[in-house]
Amino acid sequence: MSIEIQGVGKRFGDFVALENIDLSIPTGQLTALLGPSGGGKSTLLRIIAGLENADEGTVEIEGVNATQLPPQKRNVGFVFQHYAAFKHMTVAKNVAFGLEIRKRPKHEIKAKVAELLELVHLSQFADRLPSQLSGGQRQRMALARALAIEPSVLLLDEPFGALDAKVRKELRDWLRRLHDEVHVTTVFVTHDQEEALEVSDSIVVINEGRIEQIGSPDDLYDRPANEFVLSFLGPVTQLGDRSIRPHDIAVSPIEISSAVEGRITRWTRVGFEVRLEVTPTDPRFEDRVLVSLTRAEASGLGVGEGSLVWLRPMDGALTLV
Amino acid sequence: MIDTIVAPPEPSAPTRQRRARKGPVTYLVRLLVVAYLFLLVAWPVSLVVTHTFENGLDALRTLFEDPDIVHAMRLTVVAAVVATVINTVFGVSVSLLLVRTEFPGKRVLSALLDLPLAISPIVVGLALVLVYGGRGGWFGPTLESWGLQIIFSTPGIILATAFVALPLVIREVVPVLGEVGIEQEQAAQSLGANGWQTFWRITLPGIRWAIVYGVVLTLARSLGEFGAVKVVSGNILGETRTATLAVEESYLNFNQEGAYAIAFLLASVSVACIIVVSILRARAAGH
Repeated sequence: MSIEIQGVGKRFGDFVALENIDLSIPTGQLTALLGPSGGGKSTLLRIIAGLENADEGTVEIEGVNATQLPPQKRNVGFVFQHYAAFKHMTVAKNVAFGLEIRKRPKHEIKAKVAELLELVHLSQFADRLPSQLSGGQRQRMALARALAIEPSVLLLDEPFGALDAKVRKELRDWLRRLHDEVHVTTVFVTHDQEEALEVSDSIVVINEGRIEQIGSPDDLYDRPANEFVLSFLGPVTQLGDRSIRPHDIAVSPIEISSAVEGRITRWTRVGFEVRLEVTPTDPRFEDRVLVSLTRAEASGLGVGEGSLVWLRPMDGALTLV
Repeated sequence: MIDTIVAPPEPSAPTRQRRARKGPVTYLVRLLVVAYLFLLVAWPVSLVVTHTFENGLDALRTLFEDPDIVHAMRLTVVAAVVATVINTVFGVSVSLLLVRTEFPGKRVLSALLDLPLAISPIVVGLALVLVYGGRGGWFGPTLESWGLQIIFSTPGIILATAFVALPLVIREVVPVLGEVGIEQEQAAQSLGANGWQTFWRITLPGIRWAIVYGVVLTLARSLGEFGAVKVVSGNILGETRTATLAVEESYLNFNQEGAYAIAFLLASVSVACIIVVSILRARAAGH
């Protein structure tokens, strides 16, 4: 295990940011800390980096008890949401910073910086200042800077949070490929479930200072431990007395047994997807049911707004009471 | 067709014009401001220049031939430079303390730092005499028994100058330090830099322009200090008389030409300082 966290707690005044966190992060994996804003995931990451001190508990990095170590002795690479670029230094100088602090020989620094800039596709920008780069380029520079010190763990705090949607998606794919190349133990914080599901090997869901569930993306999506994980990892709706994902509902235009009867009150077409809103006839079920179908499925049903339909969970679909 | 041609091309055009149009009020306000600045600042200062050069360069030449005046100017420069160095080191440390740390009494300290701007310099001078005076001061007699005379000597002049110019560096550095934030410093730490390395390589370059403004302003203020210095220096000819005191002395002794010449030198240094600051500001804004 690369990072071993035991009984970590942290308060800010009366606010409990983290409560009794136990977590093991395996070597060489890409782990996501996922959860809503203010849930404590960034605080946990900062405690691992030493930028924040835990009130209680211990942090072990690569078998060394790091709880009392200052950040500069932990050998972690940290990437900030807002890049934290050294504004007065060129891109190359930024990347070289950690190596210069370690007093490595000049030719070694030069070679390493060139190699890293190649890796993050910034070679032609080596002599620019950070202010002359786009957000995505700055974040790649920050990543190269963190990797330069060959950290035992790489920590990323909402690394793509400040970027626009398209760049974010590109960088996300790129981070995954980079990790496959470099294999450094990586922990990143995100509140975007799609990002976590797409990029990471394992996900730790954190909410209100506690860990809700730890598992692979498939585990969490298909076998959520509780209602919170179910609803945080994807869309969810109420069918009868159960929670279910809208794409796990089968729609029938003819009456079938053990199904919820309702009338289609809204029909929205979004690209390849059709979203239905069905109002159950049974007054006990107050909430309207959301159903999502592919365009082909929807047109095959031969129904439209105002039609009566019968809904039931698909075979093998996940439901929670 | 004719109607369409006559009609205004865009509905938004009139609004744009109205916003850009300058009414008579605008011109009146401008005139007032220019007249005010001219009567209060530009005209009096320019008269100092014309008086200095009434007889060509004679006034300045006499000035530099008088050893006492040269000594006074040298003393002013030494006191101003030393006071500026002290205030810069102190100012940067206090700014770091105010922005980066939390401690009880922080607001009181912050308010206290503005006091030198609010108190009359002559009060500063008297207060320093009370503490450091050779006879009856709190520390004065003790320090004097160690052979260190403060009042009526150069250390006193430096002390008084440093006091009146105290907040200038701090007030320039504090907002910039707050704006720069701590993320760059944290990044440096995570990359292995210790406190001292972080300060030299990251914090200091981030606030360097603010420090430069602060230093230039402090220098300008220090060169021109009069009241506090007058009290603590004793105004001894050839020893503790500074340039500003020499201006007063010459003026009172009906040596108006000499007074204007020294005043001209002092004013030109201040103007040079202001020009340097505005150039630096423009350059920093361009970054």
